[in-house]
Amino acid sequence: MGRYLIRRSLFLILVLFIVSLITFIIFVKLPAGDPARRAAGRTTTEANVEAARHAFGLDKPVYVQYARFAKGLIPWPGLFLNEDVYFSYANFVPVKEEIFARLPVTLTLAVGAAITWLLIGIPIGIISAVRRRSVWDRASMVFALIGVSAPVFWLAYLFLYIFWFKLQLAPSSGIPIGTSVLEAVLQGRFILPWFVLALAFAAFYARMVRGNLIETMGEDYIRTARAKGLSEKRVIYRHGLRAALTPVVTMFGLDLATLLGGAFITETVFNLPGIGQYAVRAIFNNDFPSVMGVTLFAAFFFALANLVVDIAYAFLDPRVRYT
Amino acid sequence: MAEPLLEVKNLTVHFPTDDGLVKAVDGVSFSLLPGETLGVVGESGSGKSVSFLTVMGLIDTAHAVIEGEIIFQGQDLLTLQADEMRTVRGEKISMIFQDPMTSLHPYYKVGDQIAEAVRVHQKVSKQEAHEQAVEMLRRVGIPRPDERADQYPHEFSGGMRQRAMIAMALSLNPDLLIADEPTTALDVTVQAQILDLLDRLKQEFNASIVIVTHDLGVVAEHCDHIQVMYAGKIVEAGDRRDIYYGAHHPYTWGLLSSIPRLNESDTKERLHPIRGLPPSLIFVPPGCAFHPRCPHVFDRCRTDVPELLPADGHHASRCHLSLADKERIFQEEVMARS
Repeated sequence: MGRYLIRRSLFLILVLFIVSLITFIIFVKLPAGDPARRAAGRTTTEANVEAARHAFGLDKPVYVQYARFAKGLIPWPGLFLNEDVYFSYANFVPVKEEIFARLPVTLTLAVGAAITWLLIGIPIGIISAVRRRSVWDRASMVFALIGVSAPVFWLAYLFLYIFWFKLQLAPSSGIPIGTSVLEAVLQGRFILPWFVLALAFAAFYARMVRGNLIETMGEDYIRTARAKGLSEKRVIYRHGLRAALTPVVTMFGLDLATLLGGAFITETVFNLPGIGQYAVRAIFNNDFPSVMGVTLFAAFFFALANLVVDIAYAFLDPRVRYT
Repeated sequence: MAEPLLEVKNLTVHFPTDDGLVKAVDGVSFSLLPGETLGVVGESGSGKSVSFLTVMGLIDTAHAVIEGEIIFQGQDLLTLQADEMRTVRGEKISMIFQDPMTSLHPYYKVGDQIAEAVRVHQKVSKQEAHEQAVEMLRRVGIPRPDERADQYPHEFSGGMRQRAMIAMALSLNPDLLIADEPTTALDVTVQAQILDLLDRLKQEFNASIVIVTHDLGVVAEHCDHIQVMYAGKIVEAGDRRDIYYGAHHPYTWGLLSSIPRLNESDTKERLHPIRGLPPSLIFVPPGCAFHPRCPHVFDRCRTDVPELLPADGHHASRCHLSLADKERIFQEEVMARS
């Protein structure tokens, strides 16, 4: 297990390395404004531009520039996204600071949505599988189809219109200045975003759980469980679900990790200052260190989630062993 | 004569499908005495497994039409409610299946799976159930049973898994054990071990056993009675000796001839398969269902369904040939080969 962890950690760094290299090449190759000139301002001297260029490290050869960024991708405190390279070209604020300031919002949004979609998706999937071809099943699958098909931005505005504007059941969007994330949660400001973000996932998970469970219930060991004289409930919940939900863990880990990189549309419509918003603004501003920082951050979470899921599997499925 | 443990009367199991009615079991009657071993032989799709899955109540009644009576210890199992049937299943009748690789839950320890069966039917502590599971593993001949109980099925070999399945099935000391192709998925040497084990355990637990198989060779030494099934019907039934030394049905002859022989003189001789394929259970041939494959077919076979007629007390067959013909052909064609 120890060797496995070391190998996987090295692999994680390799993934970050490749991601950063691709991001860097895109930045170098794409025609965009000169960051140094933009930073120096509209009316300025050539000397100022050169000074900005030097401050950004853009006067050095391309490979040195990349090496400076590459150092920041080693997931180690002090090295990861180090502040002498990873700062915004627009306002010189360190990328790490910006990300950590936004992380609570994104984390709250993603984790809350994840819990929501599990609570909706898994029970619906189970009911559909157990009462296959019943009214419940058909209704659930119609819900799943709508959930998967409805665009998030449309759903977000629809929810805002119904639950805030018309029914006044939910507070309006955004987090007021001076309100902490926790206070915003307690005020219910995250409820609509959670549901909007969760719906498509819930639909997808319902279908996945249904399919897995139907398949599992046809397995020989389910027949054995019935032959033992177990109640149908026990057969479904202890024997069927145990096997049917294991693959769901994989999906869940990766989906959650993806959202930790920011849920841009939901964040934008509900005006939540999360990582997704920051990333998109950085891209529009051609603010390379910020783009690189957010990309690496998201890639790191994704690779980490992969590792966590794989390790979790060893505990969930006794046939899986790591060496 | 003792009271039969299990008496199946005119059992019919039909599955309505989009393609038509699948007549998986079509009027099967037999009885089984306490302590007896019954061999049920037939090709795939002859209805042998479905008959006994029905006895176990493991056929989903939402998708099947089941008629007839299954009288077990004086009670018609087909009239029981689902929860009443559950107390019979596992405790009074238990079953082991064809493929031990897939019949155990891959995520639970073998000992826990056996203990679960115990705990469902008996009020015992977890600890006692576990001890009982270990004891059962020991009795089915698994070495170091206390360690093995804490292992997962994938750490067991095929033969060991089938032993574990048998341990699970016998853990509640059932009166009837149904073994559905218990050796089909196993190596030949392991097959013999498992069958010997079943023989021994039958004595120890004083249970009746049904062995469902497609291989007449398997049941030869181990069964008191044998019934041969074809297209959902019993075509021949009798004592072991009746079948091996005087079979009356051309299908049984075919099965006997297709058992591989290891005699030196026969090594050059090829196997004698039964020509043709088992019939569709939706469009069962008219008359005798076996007539399209029967080498002794005559006109009457194509139109009249033969009855299961007893030749003497317990030996019966479903064939239009005269008894004299049956005996003559058996001597000339089947015995001559073996």
